[in-house]
Amino acid sequence: MSTKIETPTDSHGSSEIQEPQKDSSMLMQKEMINSNYDALTNTANNGKKVCSTFVPGNLNELIQSFGLLNNLPETNAIQNAMRQQSGGMIQTAERQGHSEDVCTYVKADIGMMSKGNIAPNGKPMPNPDLLLLSYTGCFTFMKWFELLRQEYKCETVMLQVPYQGDGEITQNMRDFVVKQLKEEVIPALERVSGNAFDIDKLRENMRRSAQAEDDLVWVLESAKNKPTPIDAYFGAIYYLGPIFTAFRGTQQAVDYYRVLRQEIEQRVKNGQGPITPGGEMTKERYRLVMEGPPNWTNFREFWKMFYEEGAVVVASTYTKVGGVYDQGFRHDADNPLESLADYCLGCYTNRNLPKRVDMLEKYVKDYEADGLLINSIKSCNSFSAGQLMMMQEIEKRTGAPGAFVETDLVDPRYFSAANVKNRLESYFQMIEQRRQGNMIASAR
Amino acid sequence: MSTVEIIKRCEELYEDTYFTAAREWKAADPSRRVIGYMPVYVPREIMHAGGMMSLGILGGGDKLEVIHGDAYYQSYICRIPRSTIELGKTGRLDFVDGMLFPSICDVIRNLSGMWKLMFPDNYVRYFDVPQNYKDDIGGNYYIAELQELREGLEKLSGNKITDEAIRNSIKVYNLNRKLIRELYDLRAEMPQNVPSNDVYLLNRAGMVIPVEDHNSMLRKYMDAAKALDNPIRDNCRIIINGSFCEQPPLNLIRSIELAGCYIVDDDYMLVNRWLLGEVPTSGDPLVNLANAFLHESADSAAKYCDHHEDVGMYLLSTVKERQAEGVIFAAPSFCDPALLERPMLTDRMREHDIPHISFKYAENSGQMQPIREQAGTFADSIKLWS
Repeated sequence: MSTKIETPTDSHGSSEIQEPQKDSSMLMQKEMINSNYDALTNTANNGKKVCSTFVPGNLNELIQSFGLLNNLPETNAIQNAMRQQSGGMIQTAERQGHSEDVCTYVKADIGMMSKGNIAPNGKPMPNPDLLLLSYTGCFTFMKWFELLRQEYKCETVMLQVPYQGDGEITQNMRDFVVKQLKEEVIPALERVSGNAFDIDKLRENMRRSAQAEDDLVWVLESAKNKPTPIDAYFGAIYYLGPIFTAFRGTQQAVDYYRVLRQEIEQRVKNGQGPITPGGEMTKERYRLVMEGPPNWTNFREFWKMFYEEGAVVVASTYTKVGGVYDQGFRHDADNPLESLADYCLGCYTNRNLPKRVDMLEKYVKDYEADGLLINSIKSCNSFSAGQLMMMQEIEKRTGAPGAFVETDLVDPRYFSAANVKNRLESYFQMIEQRRQGNMIASAR
Repeated sequence: MSTVEIIKRCEELYEDTYFTAAREWKAADPSRRVIGYMPVYVPREIMHAGGMMSLGILGGGDKLEVIHGDAYYQSYICRIPRSTIELGKTGRLDFVDGMLFPSICDVIRNLSGMWKLMFPDNYVRYFDVPQNYKDDIGGNYYIAELQELREGLEKLSGNKITDEAIRNSIKVYNLNRKLIRELYDLRAEMPQNVPSNDVYLLNRAGMVIPVEDHNSMLRKYMDAAKALDNPIRDNCRIIINGSFCEQPPLNLIRSIELAGCYIVDDDYMLVNRWLLGEVPTSGDPLVNLANAFLHESADSAAKYCDHHEDVGMYLLSTVKERQAEGVIFAAPSFCDPALLERPMLTDRMREHDIPHISFKYAENSGQMQPIREQAGTFADSIKLWS
C-alpha cells in the first residue's frame, strides 16, 4: 500500500476548497518527497542506513556523501499535521508525561513512535542508525534528541552550532564547528555507514547545492515584481521542500529548481500572480512580509484567509530557517567544511534579534511591502520570544504597520480560525486606511 | 549575630528590587562597574578580577508588578524575561554597566538581542558555553569565549584583567563555593536548624552583594546555626529539581517545608555551586576555569548529556548522598529545558523506586494551598508507604 504524501497545496484543512492547480514543478516536488519516504521505508530491501537530523543546520551534502538516507523528524510532524494525525499523537505524548507547555513537534514525534512510527506513505519508518543532532538555533533540539536516544538506543552525535550573539560569525565559532565535523561527526558517519569520508564526493554535492541555491534565490526574489508571481510564504514553503529536506546537493534538486525558475520566469513575463489552492491570484491587494513558521494543521484554511482578500506574502523569514541564501551565502566546494560551518551558523534562528530585525526591515523596503505580519507560534520560543519587540522595531523603522496572530505548529488545539480571520481582516482594513491617509496627505 | 538577624538582612536584600546594596558599592568609587547576569552560570571570577561586581538578576519575584514587560511577550512565555525587562524599563537597573545572558534556553538567548536593542549603550553579551566536553574541542572553544569576555570587560572598565588577578579571584570564589557546600551539608545534616527559607535567602544575598561580604555572612550564619537546638520534626527529606532559572516565590519554599518536607538539596541559584570542586589557583586561569566547567560542574537541564546512561544520574547520586526520600520536580511554567528533561528524569527515578511528584509555578504564583496539599500528600505517602 502506498498512500499519498501531503504537500502544502493539498492538505484538507477545509473540505469546500477546490482541487488546486498544479504546475510541473509541484508534481516533481511531490515525486521527490515521495521517493525519499519510499527509500526510508524500504531499508530492509535497499540496505540503506538512516540518519535522523534536523532541518536547520542539516548536513545533507555530508550525509549523502556517505550514502546514508536523511530522515527529518520535523517534516514527519508536518506531514502528520497536514493529514490531521498530529493532534492524537501530541495527546498520546502528553499522557506519557510530556508537558503541555513544550514544543509540539517533539510531542508529535514521540506520539508517532508510540503509534507504530508509521511514515506518511503508510509504511513503518525504520529506526535510525544514527541520530545527528545539529544543535542549531533551537535549544529544544538538544533535549529532543536526548528523548529520541532514549527510545532508539542508537549512536548519537552532536554538532553544537554557537549562536551569533553579537550578530556575526567569529573565527572561534567557525573553528569549533569545523573541529566537531572533523573529530566527531565525520567519524560517526564513517562508523555507521562503513564508508570512508570522501571529500571529493562532498565537494560534488556542494557544487550542486550552490547551483540549486542560485535558482532558489532567483525564485524568492521574483516576489519583488508587481504583481509578485509567487507567494513567498505559503507557496515558497512548497518550493523549499527539496532544499530543506533530503535533496540539497543532489542532481534532482538542481533539476527541480531549474524547472521551477523557468516556470516563474514565464509567470513574470506574463505578468501573472501566484498560484494558490483557489487558482491564480489575479488581483494583488496587499503585499506582506511574514515572520514565523506557518500553522500546519490548518494550512490551507490559513492560506485561504490571505488569498481571498488578495493578500500575498512577498518575503518571509521561515523560508530562511533551513539556510539564508538571499544574503549571499552559497555552499562553497573549495572550502567544504568551513562552508558547512558557515551554513549552520548562518541559519535564520541562529542570528540574533537585531540581525533578524535588520533582515525584516530590508524585506519590507526591498519588496515594497505594505506591512509585517507575525504568525507567533506557541511551540517555538526560538522564533517567538522577542517577536513583539521585532514588530515595534519594524513599525518604527519603516512606518509599515505590523500585526500579530497566534497559532501553533502542529497542535490543532491552538488554531482558532475565527480569531485569526478577525485579526487578519482588521489588519487589512488598517493597511487600507493607512493607504487612504497617505493618498490624502500626498494630495495636499 | 543570630541567624534571625542575618536572615532579616538577607530578606531585605531579597525584597529590594532597586538593588541598593549594589548601587552603594558602585557609588563608593567612580571607577567601579556592575555587570548583571542571568541564570544559570557565568564565570564571576573574571568580573571580580576586573574590579567589577557581578549582580545576579533572577527576575522580579512576586512583589514586582509587571506592566511594561508583558507588552514584550506572548502569554505562553515564562515570566522571568518579562519581569527582567520590567526591571530594566523602570530604571531599576540603570546603574548596571553590562549584562550577560548565559546559554540556557531560547527565551534568555533572544532576550540578549532584545537587551541590545533596548539598551544600546550597555555592554551586552550572550555568554555561550560548550555542550561538547572534550578539552581540545569544547574546551578550546570555551577558553576563547572566556578570553573574548575578558577583553570585552577590559574595554568596558578601561583596566587590564591580568592572569594574576583572575587567579586571586578564583581563590575568593573557591572559598565562596566551599562555604556554600558547607551550608548545604549543614542543612542536610541538621535541617531543623537550617531551614530552606534561610538557605535560599543566603544564596540570594550572594547575588547582590560583594563576594567577600557574602563569605563573611555565610560563616557567621553557620556558626550561629550550629549552636541552635531546634527539635527535629518527623518530616520527609526531599530534593527540589527544575527551579534553576525562574525562581519560585519564597512562600512556595516555605509551604513545602510547612507541608512536612525538609528540602535537603535543590537547584536554586546554581551559579553558587556550579563548579563542584576547587578550581586550581596556579597555571593559566582561563584553562583552569574551562577544565572545571567541562569536568567538574553541576548537572542541569541546560546541559547536553552525551550518554543516555548518564541522564539523571547526577540527581540520583544527590538523592543517595543526601539520604533523600523523594524528589519534587518543581519547574516554572513554559520552561523548555526543565519540562523537556523532566520525563527522562522521572523515568530514572522510577527505575530506582524514588518517589517523586511534579508541579509548575511562576515567580508570582500566589496560591500556595494547592502546593501545600500536594507536598503534604507526598510527604504523607512517603512516611506511610515507602
